[in-house]
Amino acid sequence: MSDVVSALRGAKYEGFCKVEEAGLVGMVTLRGDLASKTLAAAVKAATGADMPDICGILAGEKGKVAWMSPDELLLMVDHGAAEQVVSDLSEALSGEHALAVNVSDARAVFHVSGDGAREVVAKLSPADMAALEPGTLRRSRVAQVPAAFHMDEDGMIELVCFRSVATYVFGLLENAARPGSEVGYLT
Amino acid sequence: MSTRLAQGGRLIDRSKAMEFTFNGKRMTGYAGDTLAAALLGAGQTLVGRSFKYHRPRGILASGSEEPNALVHLGEGARFEPDQRVTTTELFDGLTCTSQNHWPSLEFDVGAINNKFSRFLTAGFYYKTFMFPRVAWEKLFEPIVRQSAGLGQVPKERDADRYEHFYAHVDVLVVGGGVAGLAAARSAASTGAKVLLIEQTNHWGGRAVVDGGEIDGMPVEGWVNKAVEELENMANVTIRTRIMGAGVYDHGYATGYERVADHTPGDGRPRHRLWRIRAKQIVTATGAIERPLSFAGNDIPGVMLAGALRDYIVNWGVSAGDRVVVVTNNDDAYRTALAVKAAGLNVPMILDARAEAGGPLADAAREAGIRVEAGKGIAKVHGGKKVTGVSVCAQAGEGASLEEIKCDAVAMSGGWSPVVHLWSHCGGKLIWDVEQAHFRPDPDRAPTSHDGAAFVVTAGSATGALSLADVMADAHAAGKVAGKAAGGKTSSKAAPEVAPETMQPIEPVWVMPQGAGPDKRMKMWLDFQNDVKVSDVQLAAREGYESVEHTKRYTTLGMANDQGKLSNINGLAILSDALSQEIPATGTTTFRPPYNPISFGAIAGEARGELFQPVRQTPMHAWHAEAGAYFEPVGHWYRPYCYPKSGETHEQAVNREVLNTRENLGLLDASTLGKLVVKGPDAGKFLDMMYTNMMSNLAVGKCRYGLMCSENGFLSDDGVVARIDEDTWLCHTTSGGADRIHAWMEDWLQCEWWDWNVYVANVTEQLAQVAVVGPNARKVLEKLNDQAGGGMDLSAEALPFMQWRDGKIGNFDARAYRISFSGELSYEIAVPASQGRAFWDALLDAGGEFGVMPYGTECLHIMRAEKGFIMIGDETDGTVIPQDLGLNWAISKKKEDFMGKRAQSRSHMTDPDRWKLVGLETLDGSVIPDGAYAVGEGVNANGQKNVIGRVTSTYYSPTLKKGIAMGLVKHGPDRMGEVIGFPTVDGSNTVVKAKIVSPVFYDPEGEKQNV
Amino acid sequence: MLTLQCPYCGVMADETELHAEGEAHIKRFGPGSSDEDFETYLFERKNPKGVHFERWRHTGGCGKFFHAARSTMTLEVYGTYPAQTLEPPKELIDAIKAKHPDWEGYK
Repeated sequence: MSDVVSALRGAKYEGFCKVEEAGLVGMVTLRGDLASKTLAAAVKAATGADMPDICGILAGEKGKVAWMSPDELLLMVDHGAAEQVVSDLSEALSGEHALAVNVSDARAVFHVSGDGAREVVAKLSPADMAALEPGTLRRSRVAQVPAAFHMDEDGMIELVCFRSVATYVFGLLENAARPGSEVGYLT
Repeated sequence: MSTRLAQGGRLIDRSKAMEFTFNGKRMTGYAGDTLAAALLGAGQTLVGRSFKYHRPRGILASGSEEPNALVHLGEGARFEPDQRVTTTELFDGLTCTSQNHWPSLEFDVGAINNKFSRFLTAGFYYKTFMFPRVAWEKLFEPIVRQSAGLGQVPKERDADRYEHFYAHVDVLVVGGGVAGLAAARSAASTGAKVLLIEQTNHWGGRAVVDGGEIDGMPVEGWVNKAVEELENMANVTIRTRIMGAGVYDHGYATGYERVADHTPGDGRPRHRLWRIRAKQIVTATGAIERPLSFAGNDIPGVMLAGALRDYIVNWGVSAGDRVVVVTNNDDAYRTALAVKAAGLNVPMILDARAEAGGPLADAAREAGIRVEAGKGIAKVHGGKKVTGVSVCAQAGEGASLEEIKCDAVAMSGGWSPVVHLWSHCGGKLIWDVEQAHFRPDPDRAPTSHDGAAFVVTAGSATGALSLADVMADAHAAGKVAGKAAGGKTSSKAAPEVAPETMQPIEPVWVMPQGAGPDKRMKMWLDFQNDVKVSDVQLAAREGYESVEHTKRYTTLGMANDQGKLSNINGLAILSDALSQEIPATGTTTFRPPYNPISFGAIAGEARGELFQPVRQTPMHAWHAEAGAYFEPVGHWYRPYCYPKSGETHEQAVNREVLNTRENLGLLDASTLGKLVVKGPDAGKFLDMMYTNMMSNLAVGKCRYGLMCSENGFLSDDGVVARIDEDTWLCHTTSGGADRIHAWMEDWLQCEWWDWNVYVANVTEQLAQVAVVGPNARKVLEKLNDQAGGGMDLSAEALPFMQWRDGKIGNFDARAYRISFSGELSYEIAVPASQGRAFWDALLDAGGEFGVMPYGTECLHIMRAEKGFIMIGDETDGTVIPQDLGLNWAISKKKEDFMGKRAQSRSHMTDPDRWKLVGLETLDGSVIPDGAYAVGEGVNANGQKNVIGRVTSTYYSPTLKKGIAMGLVKHGPDRMGEVIGFPTVDGSNTVVKAKIVSPVFYDPEGEKQNV
Repeated sequence: MLTLQCPYCGVMADETELHAEGEAHIKRFGPGSSDEDFETYLFERKNPKGVHFERWRHTGGCGKFFHAARSTMTLEVYGTYPAQTLEPPKELIDAIKAKHPDWEGYK
């Protein structure tokens, strides 16, 4: 298969923060009974991670799993592994009401890193960026489109949005990270 | 004349001179100046003309309450009108021009209005420009527009950028005077997270100018110490140049940061709008001095007493050499003392109060100033500048007792707390008789989501007017706010200030008290909108009793200063005219923003390419490179057509239609909504969502379905595919995916939450290409051949209205045999990451088959030729499927589905409803879009009765004539009849069309089913 | 600019992360219902001055619909609760009644 590409093919911008499209990331939406042990086991098998708490995101050796809603998880794995994860989950959960779908290509992923990364997002989202701690996924909006973001231990923010608005979101982040527009409030 | 003093000016740096121009004249100021201070320092007393009478006007105030001194600031792409010189920081190279005059500031033709001011009273426009109506457009409006208005509209696109910033805090303190600093300190001592914002570029506010001691040190020393202390606290942020613009529901507040107004073009955003969510808000917004209403109180050189003092102390600028002070309260004595201390002359203090005693009056007398109690100003002399005043008894009618030469007048009518932010979100006020002002009623504060108060006032904003009271109040306010925001109880001690003795204010609303009409016509209340005491009294006589009505009738307080100086005086005059107490008159409503903020700040990043999101398919870049002409569909941008060099859009569309019908067309159909619906109850659920049956659709097959609202109206349509026993894939219209997804979730979450169904929106996971035309199968088979295998796409293996998963060429594909064009057609879905490569591969392989991409207009024409309806064309929210002849898609077996009950209402079953037909013009022309067909007779308005309308109309390149679909009364029963569609282009022609079947092309459906 | 706490994910959501979805606890009437009932279902909506029960959706978040009880006058929010219920929770009703003894109830 030729030319499998992410929305912006790894576009980058260096302002007072670095903004980067992270390329293709495997993503699987899993809807089901989050209290189910079978489901927890299937998620663990797919990612190596335990079940996250409400609004939580946990990393395992094969991927991350994020709490999206009371009956929905997002699994983030290698792009090439997503289809297999979907079929593994579907098989493991064939005995209960659940839905696993590959949404890898429906998304774009951005990394915002450097001092003031919180400020870049705080220019666009009404979420309390000062309160964003590693291990929490905040679903919110950036300017006029939905987005979800979390911060890793190194202070890098990973932001996920829909693929169709990748150009718009990159433009937003680029604009917010321009040199000279540091707010100096959330550093 | 105003001038720069040789010494003084705590805010300026005399070692840094700054050049600027006013009306092209070069002037010099210093770093730290406001434009107002620099203009006065350069001797420019006259700065503008008034709004209505074009009277000469000077600088009246020193802060954001300034009504007169608005200028055009900057040039070209940084030109901005109506900029307040008192809030504009001077920078090197600043250029500004005065407004509202012609041909020049010094000589203004419009000032003729002043001579006729007797006739230009309140309500002049309402009374004069009434009839005839036609005169408005041709005569009145151009005249009014020419003579009214302040600044000019910028002509160039704004060169600057703007942004928003969201902040969440426990306590927001608005105002960086001593009260704000004290409140921030005590709030911070509770452990709360505090943000303190100040609109100017310096801390301390008025108290530094007024003097006194806090904690045993001069005010300025205490301010510096407090700022340092706050800067070092981890839970506190303090920022200058941010104005608290508005307070809104649930602790939401906006802060207007002027990041780079004083450093234009340095690459930083010009303004930043802070969108703050605070648990508690402390408004330490201070107080504003009121003017006194005496004849000629608007002549340049008359200034608020506090402002005159500010210019001396802060910027080393004097308003004049001989300053007459007129007051009804103690505070203006400070101005007299400051003038004297600067080495200038105060010929007289006119104190309207019967007695002028107390420590400040004593100090003035000791300084050798003549103090006259019970006296006021009968009249100010001068035109473009003050030359003197006539002194009179306040109690009389204004007979002149004495003429005094002076070049400036400092007036003080008392101080009004700045209650705007308190009031924005519903805080109520009480009239304080003793202090003669409205102040916040602490028992009726704005309340938040929890029902508890969330705004606390501090210092002068509370109504505290002495330094001791201000500091005690502010300290307490900060603690209250900190505690309410979740902080700990703090034992931090309040700043210590020795109490001072003040003599009470005596309200003076007209000076002198018995002034006759001639004087009242020269007493300005609203300087910016040219409203005088006589105008408000006239309004009262004409029956405007409500303050809100009087405001609109006289325009009092409606200018961009929102009546900061005029409102209290105005409603006192109104109350007097109505013979009622001031609280009975009440105030007008305070609305955000506190001062005008830029449109750029409101828009933030949302301009240019970021104005709104544009959704792009995985093939978008190809379309753009191919020169596609795009049209917005929802937020999607879809190619309308792909014009070749020299082609019009119409020619391109026609070529695309013919090529697709004869050879091979490709449509980027990625925007189609795709919803996966899965679960044991999914079939039952979809039977509720669609008008037709979906539960009995066989796995591997497709069915066209309709969705209606509960009102029965057609809402969406699309092809549904049964994926497996438990799973369906529902296609929605482009742009309908989110709406239909939300609609499904609504019913699943809120009505049938016991049904086991999950829905996932996979619209963007898949790139979808419609491969259409007689050569469609050939190009796909060629891809398979090239790759050495792939799914069987033959008519037998993949019949019409079925789908298969597999490989097409090298691509992971799902192929649907569905057709929206009437041709042999496959819609192929591949993962979005493979979309562009798939598109390229099809174009590559399709060369020999005459491949051409086609756009949405070609799609529309081909579907219209086939009589397929389009949501949004044939439907408009009032059309039911039965109107469109879609009864075949409405289940009669199902007990219930969305819209079923509604469709049995009498109006829905009315045989007179307009129904879908095809329309063929007799002369082959195209019926204009949206045309109505007329029938016999006229309606109650004398208009011809209408019997139908066009819903889709095109030139059909296939049939070489105009075709249309429309809704016509009894249409399906009138096949062959000719009806007329009058045009509205002025040609007075009627397009005649024959009613025919809406299926114009291949009615048997042979072409799509091969 | 309201804030409402989503009862599902606990986020104190900004109004711009939410979508208003009209009155709560509307009973659906389908085929076979009387014209009066159907009219009520489709068109009759309360417009109270005071306590009101509404549907909201956490669109810029977990996507769930929920109910909120708030005052249309003061914008006080008495509580939010999941949508999978036919009537407001008793504790909420009691709390509102305690604050507004004259309140006539949600029906």
